Amino acid sequence: MDIFVQQILNGLVLGSIYALIALGYTMVYGIMGLINFAHGEVVMFGAMVTITVISAMTNAGIHLPGGAMVLIALMVAIPACMLLGFTIERVAYRPLRNAPKLAPLITAIGLSIVLQQVAILIWGRNYIPFPPILNHDTIDIFGATITQLQVLIVILCLVLMAGLLLVVEKTKLGRAMRATSQNPGVAGLMGVNVNTIVSATFVMGSGLGAVAGVMVATNYDQAHYYMGFMIGLKAFTAAVLGGIGNLGGAVAGGILLGIIESLGAGYIGDLTGGFLGSNYQDIFAFAVLIVVLIFRPSGLLGEKIADRA
Amino acid sequence: MTSNKKLGTFLASAIVLAVLPFVVSGTLGNAWVRTIDFALLYVMLALGLNIVVGFAGLLDLGFIAFYAVGAYTFALLGSPHFGIHLPFYITIPLGAGFAALFGILLGTPVLKLKGDYLAIVTLGFGEIVRIFMNNLNAPINITNGPQGINLVDPIQFAGFSLGKVTQIGSFTLNPVHLYYYMFLALTVLVVIMVSRLQHSRIGRAWVAMREDYIAASAMGLNIRNIKLLAFALGALSGGVAGGLFAAFQGFISPESFSLLESIMILAMVVLGGMGHIPGVILGAVVLTIAPEILRDVIGPLQMHTFGRMIVDPENARMLLFGLAMVVMMLTRPEGMWPSKRRQAEFDDAKKG
Repeated sequence: MDIFVQQILNGLVLGSIYALIALGYTMVYGIMGLINFAHGEVVMFGAMVTITVISAMTNAGIHLPGGAMVLIALMVAIPACMLLGFTIERVAYRPLRNAPKLAPLITAIGLSIVLQQVAILIWGRNYIPFPPILNHDTIDIFGATITQLQVLIVILCLVLMAGLLLVVEKTKLGRAMRATSQNPGVAGLMGVNVNTIVSATFVMGSGLGAVAGVMVATNYDQAHYYMGFMIGLKAFTAAVLGGIGNLGGAVAGGILLGIIESLGAGYIGDLTGGFLGSNYQDIFAFAVLIVVLIFRPSGLLGEKIADRA
Repeated sequence: MTSNKKLGTFLASAIVLAVLPFVVSGTLGNAWVRTIDFALLYVMLALGLNIVVGFAGLLDLGFIAFYAVGAYTFALLGSPHFGIHLPFYITIPLGAGFAALFGILLGTPVLKLKGDYLAIVTLGFGEIVRIFMNNLNAPINITNGPQGINLVDPIQFAGFSLGKVTQIGSFTLNPVHLYYYMFLALTVLVVIMVSRLQHSRIGRAWVAMREDYIAASAMGLNIRNIKLLAFALGALSGGVAGGLFAAFQGFISPESFSLLESIMILAMVVLGGMGHIPGVILGAVVLTIAPEILRDVIGPLQMHTFGRMIVDPENARMLLFGLAMVVMMLTRPEGMWPSKRRQAEFDDAKKG
């Protein structure tokens, strides 16, 4: 029983991070109909910049409480990632907006390679440990343990997601975003500046990605130039699982994926009589995705797209 | 007159292709012949993927799985790992057949999926195959896990092995040369197969499905069958290339079949010119050779200009490669050598 609770808690932490990254994918997809393959690299840069700023502060002899240092570092990392997201859209996607659909996919992949190599140039190929400034005290819940930090991660994720939903549903900017996603041409005629909206989408998604990157780095206590790839892939899977383009779907898909993955990793050995071990963890994400899409071809919460008459 | 001209071009390219490995090994060394051999393998892979993506319009991000199936079939049935040593004329067709079967296995559940949903499922499929190859060393050792399979048999028949240096008169033939001709022969076969397919009933059915599948099924096309056929035939070519890769390399491990490889093959198809056979061939050759040229140029160039290494050459190589992908796509979104039909569609879209 306590293993079960433990795995659910682990899955919740992992899943809320996936959800935060998935929002970045799904927002861009909703508005432009394209997979932003470079989003994982934005997440990675968020983590790397944060670690660098914290190390710089420590080296300069500034010693504040751990939380305050992370917060200051985030104030640097979030704008940096927003700028990165803005640049990615300008350089790789905007010139190709009317090009065949696969062209921006290839520039995204090219850019993703470039960003990884830039990260190697700056931070090297090795794993970078997260500075030991954070409190790792634990709380017991039903016999399972969770660190205070992880509780904070989940709460922060929920707050950010609620904030994003509020922006999209209640503000003028959000209305313009929804209009653009339905029909950019008509939105333009109604006085929406489509270019600004697209940029705003990338900037917001990248900001969330930066926060998520820091969460990943604190949760695993390390960062690496290649970390964005797998986590981005999982988050994208989550977005598709929920129904890509749908914000609620990304959140649901992310959390579901996180929980399924950690439950799977915890129980796969027992389920298969020891035939498959926890090294098959990564298979779960994809297996679940395939099964869900067989029964719901446009994701859990995705709208059914009617076939053209 | 035109048929004479065609014959002339054909003969000229045949002669160039026949002497190419010797010219290259004489001037640039055998390592470059090896690169050309790999370029041929990638041409086969890209042509296979082109059937799925270019002809039928189904975005596949897990194509490398079929390459892996072909390679593992060849390696398991022709290496000391199980002690089985079947000849290549059994294992390569068997690998191709298995790959085609996997193509249908993948195709069946995803028949209803469209566009990016299909892309992510194929991606997941590719990853699942790789993870299984990586972990099927316990409890029963099938794939030997991350260590991969060593000492895979070279291609050999009637006491003649492509894996050994061979003397014909005063001519010395290295394995890279011998494999070159084998790969070339099979590449030509694949090219003939796909170009015949393209202009057949099936090829036109794929185009019809790509452009408007509802109209296509209203005209009586069986969408399910032609979709599965696209997956199976694409996979077939990937499986052949995989078997050849295993024999040529003599060693395979799951590392060779990562998602990045799938993406590279897709990039070859798109950068070359989707749906256009000469374009796809060009894309595959350019994307295989360009990184190798960069490898040869960057290090010495830095030593020459700065007297020391400023940037790690491997790092600079990938950086430039990524940049080149972006720049090429931005300048020619329709691909380097698109088909006339695609070029026309593209120009229309630009006007509209």
